[in-house]
Amino acid sequence: MSNILAFAESRGGELRRAGLEAVTAARVIADARGGQVHAIIFGAENMSRHAAALGAHGADRVIVVDHSGFKHNNPEAVSATIASKMRGDYVGFVCAASATGKDIAPRVAAKLGVPLAADATAFTVSATGITATHPGYTGKVLQTVTLTATPAVLSVRPGAFLPKENAKAGAVESLAPATDPTASRVKVTETATGNTAKLDLGEAPVIISGGRGLKEAANFKLVEDLAAAFGNAAVGATRAVTDDGWRPHSDQIGQTGRLVSPDLYVACGISGAIQHLAGMRTSKTIVAINKDKDAPIFKLADYGIVGDVLAILPVLTEAVKKAKA
Amino acid sequence: MKIAVCLKRVPDMDVRFKIAPSGKAVDETGLKFDISDFDGYAVEAALQIKEKLNAGEVVVISLGGDVVQETLRKAMSMGADRAIQLKHDGAPVDSFAVATALAAELKDGGYDLVMFGRMSIDTAHGAVGAIAAELLGLPCVTAISKLEFDGRTAKMRRELEGAYELVECTLPAVVTIDEGIARPRYPSLKGIMAAKKKQLDSKPAQLPAERLSLDAMALPPERSAGKIIGEGPDAVPELVRLLKEEAKVL
Repeated sequence: MSNILAFAESRGGELRRAGLEAVTAARVIADARGGQVHAIIFGAENMSRHAAALGAHGADRVIVVDHSGFKHNNPEAVSATIASKMRGDYVGFVCAASATGKDIAPRVAAKLGVPLAADATAFTVSATGITATHPGYTGKVLQTVTLTATPAVLSVRPGAFLPKENAKAGAVESLAPATDPTASRVKVTETATGNTAKLDLGEAPVIISGGRGLKEAANFKLVEDLAAAFGNAAVGATRAVTDDGWRPHSDQIGQTGRLVSPDLYVACGISGAIQHLAGMRTSKTIVAINKDKDAPIFKLADYGIVGDVLAILPVLTEAVKKAKA
Repeated sequence: MKIAVCLKRVPDMDVRFKIAPSGKAVDETGLKFDISDFDGYAVEAALQIKEKLNAGEVVVISLGGDVVQETLRKAMSMGADRAIQLKHDGAPVDSFAVATALAAELKDGGYDLVMFGRMSIDTAHGAVGAIAAELLGLPCVTAISKLEFDGRTAKMRRELEGAYELVECTLPAVVTIDEGIARPRYPSLKGIMAAKKKQLDSKPAQLPAERLSLDAMALPPERSAGKIIGEGPDAVPELVRLLKEEAKVL
């Protein structure tokens, strides 16, 4: 058999877009090899409720691992269970290169004794292996790597494989954890999600990001207002801003922060330091608003407006509200 | 506490890279090299632990050609006690192979804590630390932005997308370091002088066959030159039109 196991990432019992992206990418491999996609999902209880969504996105089977020890992420028991399941009938494992996926994939690879292709933005499948493209050197150099080991372990960059509807059976199978989740040496004691109503950077199709040009922390309200007008947007920030404590470190987009590829990235009062561009240059459409017409961000932006970001944002927010109405 | 920090020598990223004639590497002409960003945070975090406890040892380890000795000396000039070079012609792209070589060295080192950067800033696979931990049979927490100790229990924070986790495990353990934990110090003149006399052992790296091959390196396609559509709030209607009709994101 040539089945592929996809990691249906969840947090707090909710399926994440990253999970659907993994299923979508796994489908590509399975279709090339003539196998099935099995999505594996972990949670405290009743995770089979996500089977319909996973099936709709291309999972032939949904393997549900319910256990109270999966209330929080439990990387040791999760990776042990995945590796144990993989030793059966699978030729590949796919997860998103999210914070959780990047933690799980190398553990699974190591348990199976194979290398992994990490953070792929594209890949092709051949008879001999999987060839993946991965941006390195802060996005300035594209590396092409070929994975010849079996099974193949692959993580895909969030946003690179948009969830695609592709209805399959999504038949539910229950699985017991391969190791006792309560006995894991690594214990997650708390998952703080902050404002749960807010979309986060890993999920949002639109990111509104602010820099020093906003002049003070309070003006991030204008960025948040624009994000709210879009309705499907998250708020990001530059390193200068997170270093100054205007925004939490987890909001930082850049070389040393989050690497994002949203459909639309709106850079507000961001000049475009190399450190920042490295984190967002793969966005599909980029808008820049900055007072300096020579700012490097305008070289990358599809659409630029030169001017005072504090004056432009409220007008843009109203216009977006109208367009969305 | 005996701490190992594994670090990689990488080029400075603030340049426009060229691809070498082989098509499989960047052209190193004129590039400056240093400790990879996250590995530098790990070195600093290790030194701060040692200073706080006023006891222990920080050993830095790097895999690569003799050029990595300079990188190891830099870490020793920051304050690391000694260094180990796992000699190999360059660092392979196969993180499983690299982790295997590092784990072989770390295995009998008696380390309480093994630290890595959460990824190297060049190849950026972010896998070596967690794979080495599995090979060593040690608990591992990746991409931590905070680290404290309560006796032999490490208490850590990991940043997620729009959230964070608080995580605990007991030592010995492997951790990989995210930004936010500590800004690396600059070596003092005294530190630089002292580093010259510190112990640097060099031994061959024990690498298994590589099963992830690097086929090519290339520069990404240039984004088509953007356009400035106007100045000030008056340009907003045109922007909204383009987002709607051309980019189709609104």
